[in-house]
Amino acid sequence: MSVLSAAALLSGAASCLLGALGLLRFPDLPTRLQAATKPQTLGLLLILLGTALRLEPAGAASLALVALFQVITAPVISQLLGRAAYRSGALRRDVLVTDDLADRLSNGTQ
Amino acid sequence: MTVVFTITLVLLCTAGVLTFARVLLGPSTLDRIAAVDVFVILIVAATAVYVAVYRDRSNIALLAAVALLGFVGSAAAARLVERRERHR
Repeated sequence: MSVLSAAALLSGAASCLLGALGLLRFPDLPTRLQAATKPQTLGLLLILLGTALRLEPAGAASLALVALFQVITAPVISQLLGRAAYRSGALRRDVLVTDDLADRLSNGTQ
Repeated sequence: MTVVFTITLVLLCTAGVLTFARVLLGPSTLDRIAAVDVFVILIVAATAVYVAVYRDRSNIALLAAVALLGFVGSAAAARLVERRERHR
């Protein structure tokens, strides 16, 4: 149990660090959002798992509530930021491979 | 186990420094909002490690509260920035 908990804590912290590194190094907002999802879901969930393994079941249940809430809200934030980034032009066209939204917007359907 | 907690907290602190560098560098407000959102999550993760160290259940409510506050703040800021850009 203790080994599992230690492994979950360490890998969670490592993925948080990798996500932060990507947040600093990636070129524009959509790619940074992709890096930001790593600490937001995987990193936090692993750390919560490692913590839950060290607590009694009642504590683990309330940690599961935090995890559930995080899994629900992280995509909402990413979607809001991505949408605002597209509309304000905060993305680099030269690193974009495909843009499916441009056709829809030019049709006037938005 | 103490070594594991120390390494975990060092990794989280390094991640916090890198994230805060993105907050300072920007360049756009949306980049800063994304970075602040990640920073709040790192605070939640570090508090979870504290709960694991002391096996102290009283701080779990704090985890939920900070995560909720981070979500509401980031969502409101993102909406505000989008509205401002559209009216420009």
